[in-house]
Amino acid sequence: MASIKIENVQKAFGKVIAVDHLNLEIKDGEFFTFLGPSGCGKTTTLRMIAGFYYPTKGMVRFGDKDMTRVPPEKRNTGMVFQNYALFPHMTVFENVAFGLRVRKIGSKEVKTRVHDVLRKVRLEQYADRQVSQLSGGQQQRVALARALVIEPEILLLDEPLSNLDAKLRDEMRSEILRLQKEYKITTIYVTHDQAEALSMSDRIAVFNFGVCHQVGTPSEIYNEPANDFVASFIGEINLLPVKVDQLDESRITVSAIENPDMNKFVVHNTPFNFSQSAQEGELALSIRPESIRILTEKADRPNVFKGKVEDVQFFGTIILVKVRVNGLLLEVNLLNHVSANLKPGADVWVEMPEDQIRLIPMLSGDAS
Amino acid sequence: MMKNRDNRLTLYLLIPVLLVLIAYVLYPSVRTILESFHKDGGLTFGNYQDFFTQESKTNLQALWNSVYISVLSVLVSAAIGIPLAFIFNRFDFPGRGFFATAAIMPIVLPSLVGVMAFMFLYGETGLVPNAIKDLFGLDEVPFKIGGVSGILIVHAYTMYVYFYMTVSSAINKIDPSLEESAYNLGASRFQVFWKVTFPLLTPAIVAASLLVFMISMASFSAPFLLAGGFRVLSLQIYFSKINGDMEVAATQSVILSIVSISFLLFMRWYQNRKDYRMASKGIGAHRSEVNNPLLKWTMVATGVIGVIILLLPHFTILLLSLVPDGTWTWQTYPSVFNFENYRLLLQDPNIFKPLKNSLILSFIATAGNLVFGVLASYVLVKRKFVGKSFVDILVMIPWALPATVIGMNLIFAFNEPNIFSFGNILVGTFWILPLAYFIRHIPLVVRSTNAVLEQLDDSIEEASRSLGAKWFYTFRKVILPIIMPGVLSGTLLAFVESVGEFPTSVLLYTISNRPISIEIMNQLRMFNMGQAAAYGMIQITLIAVVLLISNRFFGVKAEQSLS
Ligand SMILES: Nc1ncnc2c1ncn2[C@@H]1O[C@H](COP(=O)(O)OP(=O)(O)O)[C@@H](O)[C@H]1O
Ligand SMILES: [Mg+2]
Repeated sequence: MASIKIENVQKAFGKVIAVDHLNLEIKDGEFFTFLGPSGCGKTTTLRMIAGFYYPTKGMVRFGDKDMTRVPPEKRNTGMVFQNYALFPHMTVFENVAFGLRVRKIGSKEVKTRVHDVLRKVRLEQYADRQVSQLSGGQQQRVALARALVIEPEILLLDEPLSNLDAKLRDEMRSEILRLQKEYKITTIYVTHDQAEALSMSDRIAVFNFGVCHQVGTPSEIYNEPANDFVASFIGEINLLPVKVDQLDESRITVSAIENPDMNKFVVHNTPFNFSQSAQEGELALSIRPESIRILTEKADRPNVFKGKVEDVQFFGTIILVKVRVNGLLLEVNLLNHVSANLKPGADVWVEMPEDQIRLIPMLSGDAS
Repeated sequence: MMKNRDNRLTLYLLIPVLLVLIAYVLYPSVRTILESFHKDGGLTFGNYQDFFTQESKTNLQALWNSVYISVLSVLVSAAIGIPLAFIFNRFDFPGRGFFATAAIMPIVLPSLVGVMAFMFLYGETGLVPNAIKDLFGLDEVPFKIGGVSGILIVHAYTMYVYFYMTVSSAINKIDPSLEESAYNLGASRFQVFWKVTFPLLTPAIVAASLLVFMISMASFSAPFLLAGGFRVLSLQIYFSKINGDMEVAATQSVILSIVSISFLLFMRWYQNRKDYRMASKGIGAHRSEVNNPLLKWTMVATGVIGVIILLLPHFTILLLSLVPDGTWTWQTYPSVFNFENYRLLLQDPNIFKPLKNSLILSFIATAGNLVFGVLASYVLVKRKFVGKSFVDILVMIPWALPATVIGMNLIFAFNEPNIFSFGNILVGTFWILPLAYFIRHIPLVVRSTNAVLEQLDDSIEEASRSLGAKWFYTFRKVILPIIMPGVLSGTLLAFVESVGEFPTSVLLYTISNRPISIEIMNQLRMFNMGQAAAYGMIQITLIAVVLLISNRFFGVKAEQSLS
């Protein structure tokens, strides 16, 4: 087991810079996720940790050891590939035993250790099967067993669930978590699926275009996104470009860039509502759909606006209501049981509570 | 950018590959080119001037004849192969599967043996013309093959298969929904064929045409046995060499190679330009069942007759191999059948020797091909380095060069000691033939290995490395076992092709290492048809066994790697 330090790493493929200015510290035993859209450099970073790429600049350390240029076979990392990369000419047992045999471990110990790990992934009775005879989920588990049996310091998983269907995916998610907790192994998990990242991780690093935008626990990432990219990549959010009109000890008044006269908002002046990083550059007002309230009559509080319901979509637990307010389209999530039988065309009042709004920096252009 | 250690490994793997290619492919070719500029002790274009302005115009005529024969071969082969591909892949009728398999049978006939079979069947004293003569009480045989028509018929018989195979696979790759959507848009059958299907097949047809053209230009066995007074360039090289006009032979070799290589380059260019990748993966063509009984049974009858014609040469060889020599002299048909020829083959050391030679020579050459092929292919497919396309081209040169030219190249390179032969003269020794066979089959083994290596996902190798295995361990325990079936099927094919190899053998053999093909030629000269046929049968059996093993045990369609 080991902590991992990535210091100022850059990786260039010819002219393409796949990863830049990357600094990460992954703690011993942590379940750490790289999250981001496809092509953002997650795999590249993972492969630098595994040793398949060497960084163009910067350093990779495991604990205190400099691993930057150590070849992959000397790193003692267990890697699970997206396509599993099982050896097609070997049985389940032989696949799992491979890493032990490479380490010249006696055949008796190989046997016990392989059976041990196969039991842990619930594949004991499949030991003598050819890998091609297994289902996708079983192959996945063989790949996990093969990586775990060598007792690696670090477990690396590159989108391990993306080839499975939805139901198996849920099952494997808990399976992976269970094994990770059991082995207490430092794990890096790569995914582009935010739900997967939020539900599994101790901490998440959010990537876009080769840059890491934020590192934090799932609730930090969700509740306190560092900028508009993180905010909109993870979950749904209402974003509105604004500028500050007035700023005092306890309150900030902002107005929308478009239609500023009618769209003025009041926000608490706390680090949560107005993050340190938002002090300069362009700003966006952000509020999650579940934080907006819908009122049936006008209330005498700040940030209450008259609006008209445009669309109502029923999702079961929640109801998505789209309300037009002063020319802006706001998305509001209501829990099912509070639904007041809203219909498109209805006049309503919406409240954006001043402690729920966050002002965050806006990155030009690449917000999605 | 890439890791230093891996770069070093790539270099270690690349050096032997490059050395072999330079020593045995590039250097011999360069020697031939240099030789072609030698005349009267100086460096001139004299030989080329002679080639084109020579008074008798023999060379120019031979070049023209080669082109003429090749164009005709393309047309005739296409006329047979394309319709067959359509009929067998688009219609379903009784026996279709069997006919479709039988259609590739000409491949099971080594070229020299095939030509021999055609002589026995359709030549002056051939079984078929004589049978017709007797049947109808004619005074003379109604027809006989020889000269241009003979060469052409043999070419058509062996080369239509290239059209058949490439067009078949192209037809099967066409997504049926393309044609269906054309029908859906209101196109007639005729329009769908000419506007949709045929354009999608043109790349395959052009590729097959170029291939057949190249193979015909290089063809040696058919002209050698059938040409009579008709001169083609590949044969002229042989005659020049026999007459000792080495500089002329070099010049002819260079000119023939230029024609072949320009076709190769054209082919590559064309394939890169016109590569319609189908949007969806091979769904397999829909075959329409033939319901009209008249049409159906006409098709079946044509199939049966076709199969008989296709297999007649094989049966003829089998039949002749059972006729003891000396028992069939003046009679129209043989009357005595037994296993005498096979007994002699196994018991008479003189007759067994060529078979043994061939097996040993081919075994050595093929072992070389296996090692070299795996190494070269691994470097080409899995490693990055500058100059890869140069190595790629070097690997393909022996495929583009006519066999006769490869033979001449070796003569020019190794009739004197040099570093590549470790200071020995190889011409006239045992080693020149295995070397020739090795060079001839480099492309085949490398290409069939490439095909399996390209299928092998890089992550398999990476998985092994991340589990702690070093490169060599990974190569031995993971990569080799996975690619072995594909590699072996290519290698076995190289082996049987080596056993049958004639053009380089006839240029390079010595009395003590003469291979089967040379002995067949000798036996034919002595009119020992039976013995020659027995040698032929052994080759046919070998090839059939190899194709069967490949299909059965390796699941590889080995015949595909022939084109
Ligand atoms: N071996 C490579 N050669 C060249 N470019 C690469 C290579 N690997 C990745 N890239 C580029 O680097 C960027 C990041 O890729 P990757 O790390 O695979 O993204 P992700 O895994 O997040 O989808 C992409 O633009 C990709 O095209
Ligand atoms: Mg990736």
